[in-house]
Amino acid sequence: MLALQILIDGFAISALYALGATGFTLIFGVSGVLNLSHGAIMVLAAVAAWAASSILHVNNYIGATIGVATALVASLITYFAVVQPIQRSRRIPNEEKEIFVLTGTLLWGIMIQELIAYFFTNNAKTVLPIVEGVVEILGVRTPQNEIFTALVCCLVIALLWLLVNRTRMGKAVLAASMNPRGVTLLGLELTNIYVVVWAIYGILAGIAGVLLGMFLGVSSYSVGPLTASAFSIVVLGGLGSVSGSLIAAFVVGYLETLTAYLVSPAYRTIPALLLLVAVMYIRPQGLLGRR
Amino acid sequence: MIAAFPHSRSWSLRALVAATALGFGASSALAADPIKIGVIAEAQAIAGASIPQAAQMAAEEINAKGGVDGRMIEIVTYDNHSSSADSVRAFQRAVNEDKVHAVISSYISEVVLALMPWASRLKTPFITPGAASNEITKAIHADYEKNKYTFHGYLTSGALARSVCDAAKDLLVDAKKMKTAVIMSEDAAWTKPLDVGYEECLPQIGLKVLDHIRFSPDTTDFTPIFNKIEGAKPDVIITGISHVGVQPTVQWKNQQVPIPMLGISSQATNSTFGKDTNNASDGVLYQGVSGPGVAVTPKSVPFADGFKAKFGNFPSYAGYTSYDEVYFIADAIKRAGSTDADKLVEALEKTDWEGTIGRIQFYGKDDPFTHGLKYGKGLITGLMLQWQDGVQTSVWPPEIAKAKIKFPAFIKVTAN
Repeated sequence: MLALQILIDGFAISALYALGATGFTLIFGVSGVLNLSHGAIMVLAAVAAWAASSILHVNNYIGATIGVATALVASLITYFAVVQPIQRSRRIPNEEKEIFVLTGTLLWGIMIQELIAYFFTNNAKTVLPIVEGVVEILGVRTPQNEIFTALVCCLVIALLWLLVNRTRMGKAVLAASMNPRGVTLLGLELTNIYVVVWAIYGILAGIAGVLLGMFLGVSSYSVGPLTASAFSIVVLGGLGSVSGSLIAAFVVGYLETLTAYLVSPAYRTIPALLLLVAVMYIRPQGLLGRR
Repeated sequence: MIAAFPHSRSWSLRALVAATALGFGASSALAADPIKIGVIAEAQAIAGASIPQAAQMAAEEINAKGGVDGRMIEIVTYDNHSSSADSVRAFQRAVNEDKVHAVISSYISEVVLALMPWASRLKTPFITPGAASNEITKAIHADYEKNKYTFHGYLTSGALARSVCDAAKDLLVDAKKMKTAVIMSEDAAWTKPLDVGYEECLPQIGLKVLDHIRFSPDTTDFTPIFNKIEGAKPDVIITGISHVGVQPTVQWKNQQVPIPMLGISSQATNSTFGKDTNNASDGVLYQGVSGPGVAVTPKSVPFADGFKAKFGNFPSYAGYTSYDEVYFIADAIKRAGSTDADKLVEALEKTDWEGTIGRIQFYGKDDPFTHGLKYGKGLITGLMLQWQDGVQTSVWPPEIAKAKIKFPAFIKVTAN
């Protein structure tokens, strides 16, 4: 009974982690950017979806769409206003650009966080679930919203896989992650590929944020922990490796759920962080890292 | 850091010039000098945001009636970003630069405990409108001469536990024949004495404590906690939550945990709680000192309505206490005939003020809860409210109850 409970709850939270981390790792794999405003964009999506339904009184579906659209816009702003100017700057030496992008996205994330707290307070907000009610799965009472969350996450990840592996645009993205110079020699505009990747990222982060808002709720305080959790999942899985991130998301999700059920909810995140430290010692490139 | 030094020097120079100028003009301006009250609060948190707003409202009302012996009350506000370090800096600035005569600050016990030594060092009367830890009054009792500048303007955790138990006896044990409970509280300074109080008083009223779950205040997923509680099969969950509120409430509803929740849930005292939880709040029972439309005293309803008209939402619990505090500080200054810190402390100790939350008096030097609010019938008893159909409704004590308790369909009220 307890084992089944852990299996079900762990799956939902792991799927959500996986979706959140996929976009994060995609951006890194393709353009080498570690986007530290990731948590802020997820929270922004959830808060926008909440505000749309509780202030503008639109229905759940439109609310969720507004949330995802907000994340898409925020993601493109992050690229055009923060990342691209740094990458194109002639005054910043090339070898320092990575650190500038890190700092720039971190500050941008904090700005979004403070704006959310200023306009909507730092109290948690929850998005009205699209499906409500519970079902019994072999005696375990499971919210339908939890099943919905897991299904949407898996579906979106599958669509992403198809997009990357089966479409022309996806192949260009894949090529850019392997050899950016080669892609430009083939006559493709690298900036266009980056814009596409940031747009995909925005949609992924938006869906993850809205689902998180429905499943657990978010507040401006969640910004830091969300970025940190995506970051550690991606590092654990191997920077830039999408399949590594997926595996790592499930490892972290189940480890947390096991700890919460079998040890104490208060120590939930500790074993996953210890594992991260251990992996860094034994296998610095992560589970499926290339380098 | 180095660049900051000339800046700060020019500031202190300017302050010196200003102080000298003030000194020259002091004799002629004395009668009309404003009484300054510093308000340091959590502007981004809903519970904290009401603190400066309510204080401002009280000051405007007092000033409209001519102030205190002709002196106007001026509220100087500071945002502490829910941080102890920011609060200490704000306190120093309030006293040293803005020359406030008293400080009202914070609903967070950790912040209040950090400010206490500064109230002593800078000899400035200091009142909290919302912190609850017993450690505050304990420290005042243990070293009265040093800590006498601090007043606890809200119920201590011990009194809160008492208030919850008194209500639970009438509402759950006597009316619903409940026999068992699980305590669910966040790990923070204020819940330690609260839990001790619960463990002591719940068995006394006839509720056996089956389990006691303390969790980290940054918990986001409450599924394992609710599952563990359900496993113990209690009749009721007794809560002690303040830093969290929206998330456990929404997950309680989404997971359809069939057990009612009653206790302290600070976020539920905010009138925006229904909206923040998409009305998952329906059925939640929470302890309060006052609430919208509840006439605890003749002053309660006019204040809450006036606040809503001015700021668009009803005040949080700390709004009621903050409003009262400005009034009884003004009253104490009037009685003391001075803003001198020691005279003001003496006058505050003799406070007997009917505010929005009841009749306010402080325990004395020899009581273990020195400078804490006196709890009991005829003074402050607190009340129990319930979210019903998206509205906060008083359900206890019977004199001011507006409705009977009721629960959403997924709750099974049983006596196991």
